[in-house]
Amino acid sequence: MSSVVKDEHHDEHPSGIMRWITTTNHKDIGTLYLWFAMIMFFIGGLMALVIRSELFQPGLQFVDPQFFNSMTTMHALVMIFGVVMPAFTGLANWMIPIMVGGPDMALPRMNNWSFWIMPFAFSMLLSTLFMDGGAPAGGWTLYPPLSLQTGDAFPFLIFAIHFMGLSSIMGAINIVATILNMRAPGMTLMKMPLFVWTWLITAFLLIAVMPVLAGGVTMLLTDKFFGTSFFNAAGGGDPVMFQHIFWFFGHPEVYILILPSFGVVSAIIPTFARKPLFGYASMVYATASIAFLSFIVWAHHMFTVGMPLAGEVFFMFATMLIAVPTGVKVFNWVTTMWKGAMTFETPMLFAIGFIVMFTIGGFSGLMLAITPADFQYHDTYFVVAHFHYVLVPGSIFAIMAACYYWLPKWTGNMYSETLGKTHFWLSTIFVNLTFFPMHFVGLAGMPRRIPDYSLQFADYNMIASIGAFGFGFAQLIFLYLIIKTIKGGTKATDQVWEGAEGLEWTLSSPPPYHSFNTPPVIK
Amino acid sequence: MSLIKNLIFFIASMSVFNIAQAGWLDLNMTEGVTDLSQEVFGLHMLILWICVVIGVIVFGAMFWSIAMHRKSRGVTPATFHESTSLEFLWTIVPFVILIGMAVPATKTLIKMYDHSDSEIHIKITGYQWLWQYEYLNTNVSFYSKLSTPYNEIYNKDTKNINYLQEVDKHLVVPVNKKIRFLLTSNDVLHAWWVPDLALKRDAIPGYINEMSVVINEPGIYRGRCAELCGRHHGFMPIVIEAVEEKEYEEWLANADKVKSSDVAKINK
Repeated sequence: MSSVVKDEHHDEHPSGIMRWITTTNHKDIGTLYLWFAMIMFFIGGLMALVIRSELFQPGLQFVDPQFFNSMTTMHALVMIFGVVMPAFTGLANWMIPIMVGGPDMALPRMNNWSFWIMPFAFSMLLSTLFMDGGAPAGGWTLYPPLSLQTGDAFPFLIFAIHFMGLSSIMGAINIVATILNMRAPGMTLMKMPLFVWTWLITAFLLIAVMPVLAGGVTMLLTDKFFGTSFFNAAGGGDPVMFQHIFWFFGHPEVYILILPSFGVVSAIIPTFARKPLFGYASMVYATASIAFLSFIVWAHHMFTVGMPLAGEVFFMFATMLIAVPTGVKVFNWVTTMWKGAMTFETPMLFAIGFIVMFTIGGFSGLMLAITPADFQYHDTYFVVAHFHYVLVPGSIFAIMAACYYWLPKWTGNMYSETLGKTHFWLSTIFVNLTFFPMHFVGLAGMPRRIPDYSLQFADYNMIASIGAFGFGFAQLIFLYLIIKTIKGGTKATDQVWEGAEGLEWTLSSPPPYHSFNTPPVIK
Repeated sequence: MSLIKNLIFFIASMSVFNIAQAGWLDLNMTEGVTDLSQEVFGLHMLILWICVVIGVIVFGAMFWSIAMHRKSRGVTPATFHESTSLEFLWTIVPFVILIGMAVPATKTLIKMYDHSDSEIHIKITGYQWLWQYEYLNTNVSFYSKLSTPYNEIYNKDTKNINYLQEVDKHLVVPVNKKIRFLLTSNDVLHAWWVPDLALKRDAIPGYINEMSVVINEPGIYRGRCAELCGRHHGFMPIVIEAVEEKEYEEWLANADKVKSSDVAKINK
């Protein structure tokens, strides 16, 4: 407590809205990112519910097919760029300076800028819903020539993506600079918590691939408005080249969305197993291997474009290899739990849910890697089931686990364990009800991104729609719980969790405005 | 009031589907009607079972641990946290399993890329939102598009059993002959997919993609466009009819005449 009092003269900042607009504090910016992700989560979720309503039954009931396509496109863009990425950046902002024993992020003014770009980017993107010709409807992958058929929304879409890219690159540079320069004396790289490690690697991936996406979409822009023919076959261009550029960004992007989750789970499992993480060094190497492999597997998204046999075989083998480091991670987590003394508070439940359901998504990923079989899976609901398993009970569950884990530290108050557990069980039941049947309809032959389907797919689509609404409403518990915890509750201790280790637990709950003005002593 | 009526109608129509359709049993990939589609099915099942076995072992260990190693049972946590030999083991074993999967997968893939000795050549062109079929070396050429009436799509009529998977003109081919398809597009990307034949390739403007098939059993096989192609992407099905060779020759002879009037219609 005394340290808080001593630091107070540093804490002069504007109050009210100006505090948030002008802030350069890593905790404030982390909070902004997390709330931004929360708002976008509900917007993207509403879009998913429009999709699931239309697919509740065969036939067209609620929306025009064009608007349906806009919903699938916007749902993906909002969830990827507006939810998972900002949520992880928010967690990084809050936790990384504390975890490495630093006072703040290395580049605090840029930090402010990289957040405040986001609301503008997303206002621009969401405004396309009200434009002539409708919101983008060519899929989040923006494949030409279809994406070039977008109406007035097109330049807004492209510039929104440019802004999101700028924000992500600046955020990533900041994280790299913080991790490499702001560590307390004695905090060597191989002593850093895995969350810091996974984010360091993620940040390098971001810096490497976001410019590729920016370049690709700029070429789309000039094709549309300035008469170039990069992707126009009639002008000597190549529509498939866009797919190569896009997935050279897109595949590392997939790992950008999942690597920080590995860090979160690697923090939570040891805490509640009361046993150190098994195979710390191998976890670091596995993360780095996954990051490296992510650059040489992009064309497994394109097995049906008609690549030569050698290309198909190479990308099949490289993709299958990813199973090895990913397997190492899962085995390490299970071995960490083995012979521990576990308790099952909400963060632990979400972390275990993550391991099980992410692994299921990993299995279907392995199946998708088998090129001849992929010809049957490609662009069906089987793929939809696969990536939702790794993203929803994968990334999203990890983000929720992190929120429950650190919420007492952030707010100083304990959340309601009953509400948290209710949220976990409802989410788990409904997420499986939503996405598991999608494997079946996909294998039975239902393509993705269709607003209407033939009758043999009806039953499981109805189940999936019921699950989606259940999952959506279950998230209101999460929102309510967070607001309630911020407003008050049982005071949390500094340690919060009995088995927790790491610098964040040496600070008060909530931590002082500036974390470590004097570097902590690292054992 | 009308809302309640609609709701009752919805529920009633759903129960009709349940009786009429075996939808609940459509859980798995089709075995298909070609040697290769059966090989693909075999690969799919092989990988699935390997995943199931790995899943049972890993989740089994995990749930055992969850049941036994919990604080409420008064256990003291162990302190071990690394083992190079374990890490080595669970890097090598998955690697070996992967090789076991990669070998048969590659063999099947090589067969799929062999288009030699094809006897019939058909060019397929994707349009927003229909397919054109041209039988090369003959002058048979026609368009094939969705024949499901709008009233069924907009829920004014009861949906027939082939709802959204019926077309005005079938692609007719003979059984037991190697057919080579040449695939391209006239506008945006499409993908031509018939699950029973295990054939799926993208139709791309400026590209000609190849695939080939020998169909073993006569029958009508239904497929769909599998690459987002705009507003009516969900409404451009594929119906391929495999018939005995003699029947095919007859059809082809008659199809010629159909073609010229078709062309005239389209040119108007």
